Amino acid sequence: MSATEPLLRVEELRVEFPTEDGVVHAVDGITYQVHAGRTLGIVGESGSGKTVSSLTTLGLTRRQGARISGRILFEGQDLVILPEERLRAIRGNDIAMVFQDPLSSLHPLYKVGKQLIEAVQAHRDVSKATARNRAIELLGLVGIPDPSRRVDQYPHEFSGGMRQRVMIAMALANEPKLLIADEPTTALDVTVQAAILGLMERLQRELGMAIVIITHDLGVVAEMADDIAVMYAGRIVETASAARVFANPEHPYTWGLLRSIPRLDRPRDEDLVPIPGTPPSLINPPSGCHFHPRCPYAEPEHSRIDPALEPVPDESSHHVACLLEPARRRELWAQLREGGTPEQALAAVGPLETSS
Amino acid sequence: MIRYIIRRVLIGAVILVIVCALTFVFFRILPTGNPALLRAGRDPQPRLIKEIEGVLGLGKPLPVQFWDYLKEFLFHFNLGYSYYSQESVKSLIVERLPPTLSLTLGAAVLWVIAGMSVGIISALRRHSFLDRFSMGSALVLLSVPEFWLGLVFLLLFANDIGKFKILPGAGSYVGLTYDPWKWFTSMIMPWIVLAAGSAAIYARLMRSSLSETMREDYIRTARAKGLRERAVVRQGVRSAINPIVTLLGLEIGVLLGGAILVETVFNIPGIGRLSYQSIQSADFPVIQGTVLLASAFIILANIVVDVVYAYLDPRVRYS
Repeated sequence: MSATEPLLRVEELRVEFPTEDGVVHAVDGITYQVHAGRTLGIVGESGSGKTVSSLTTLGLTRRQGARISGRILFEGQDLVILPEERLRAIRGNDIAMVFQDPLSSLHPLYKVGKQLIEAVQAHRDVSKATARNRAIELLGLVGIPDPSRRVDQYPHEFSGGMRQRVMIAMALANEPKLLIADEPTTALDVTVQAAILGLMERLQRELGMAIVIITHDLGVVAEMADDIAVMYAGRIVETASAARVFANPEHPYTWGLLRSIPRLDRPRDEDLVPIPGTPPSLINPPSGCHFHPRCPYAEPEHSRIDPALEPVPDESSHHVACLLEPARRRELWAQLREGGTPEQALAAVGPLETSS
Repeated sequence: MIRYIIRRVLIGAVILVIVCALTFVFFRILPTGNPALLRAGRDPQPRLIKEIEGVLGLGKPLPVQFWDYLKEFLFHFNLGYSYYSQESVKSLIVERLPPTLSLTLGAAVLWVIAGMSVGIISALRRHSFLDRFSMGSALVLLSVPEFWLGLVFLLLFANDIGKFKILPGAGSYVGLTYDPWKWFTSMIMPWIVLAAGSAAIYARLMRSSLSETMREDYIRTARAKGLRERAVVRQGVRSAINPIVTLLGLEIGVLLGGAILVETVFNIPGIGRLSYQSIQSADFPVIQGTVLLASAFIILANIVVDVVYAYLDPRVRYS
């Protein structure tokens, strides 16, 4: 971790949407930071608040009637309270975003060239011809063959992967310092996924921007991220360097995520272990630890106590919000890592000593 | 595209012949009144009726009559002669078309501008007072019959019977080329009355269409690019106008066949009044001509709408 001030620092961010059914606590007090040139992976199931937190960074949840509190510090400015016009000058300029579905995210009735030119001209006072040349240059940069011809085509004339390249080109139009990529590869074929991730890594090296990559796919973050934040029900439940999360995960939810993906270094007949249950309601989240209804290791009082995100004993940059004893957590993970099921792990570690 | 249009025009021609046959049969079989009887004077001799039927060509069997008519129409572009005035139907139509064109196109400009602006404002300020007020007024305008609204306008503003004598009243139509200013002032009330109901429909359609497109992902992208809200809205409107264009084309097509109620209330000598009069006097050739004209406009409007649609939406391709 560098000692310098991070590029983006999110502090105690809360985003709530009042609805007819009650208040949706989409983001429930999260804190994270991204340093210049680094990549943060935000991992979680759909509905865990990862997209809402990023849209809020760009000020895009304001007009949906969201109640926002906390701070989002970008180069020292608090984006939560920044006036709309100043925020607009940052959107697409210093912070850009790539969305999940490139087909629905591009305007179907405008040529991609026009959409790129718009992105350039939104922040630069340049002629249309200059902006058009920039558009062609950008299409070339993201690896679209024959960019001077493709610039005059419509989005429906591009394949899925090529469309996502267009989205990335659009995001890069003004050389942002921070790129937020929300599930950038989820709608794409696996082979195209790898190409898009490779492209983002190359562009990050060339342009030196920071990336926040939002995904439900641990495979994606394993490839891209320096740091990982795991979100569950609007909260960050674990955050650490990517290497640390894969080697020594501390939260039972992270274990579940890791055990639910196939791995090449495990026996092929080993069963994948899905996380039981469904994501919780964000209107009435479970009491105590939000994960306790789905946690195989939960103890009775976990439904009453709310865990805080705290450093683990031997690594101050690794934080976890879990009520299990650290020693017990590590014993359980040791069992799981060997391929045991949660039940086997619990049996091996033994019941909780309540005498202490 | 060219081939598509040619095919559509050919299909349109076939439809016209079918329409022709149907009107031919309807007006001769259904009890619309016998034209010969209407012309024979009071208490006529049966022989006189037969004689007049002979003159009008009604004595021959129906299929022969139809064939004669079709032959004249297809090979000489002759629509026959009015039973009533002996004028050629073609020249009657040519004479009556300009007022209907003036009325329809002027009203269309009015309702498109009014309906779209109200719809856009309502969509962007949903559930505001302004939105509720405009949508409420739209509902009222939609529910009001045209002829009633027309009479109310005449009673309020006509310079003969009105309370405020500020606009020319019924029967004041003059040709555009004859006196442009008089033409314009005489059309103001008919335009407003004809446009009112449509403006309401367009406002509601625009509101729902734009509210929908403003929720699209690409609008979020436009905002994320840092575009000004004006530019973002323009992108939404660009998508939202497609259904409006469809409706507009078809509606103009229908109205060019004659806005019967408004033309009658304001006594405008257009196609609508011509059809109304010809039906009253069982003037078969004129009825036939106006119905054919109306169907031709509707068929044409459909083709135009399809072509414009392909231009508006690059994803649409006709093969």
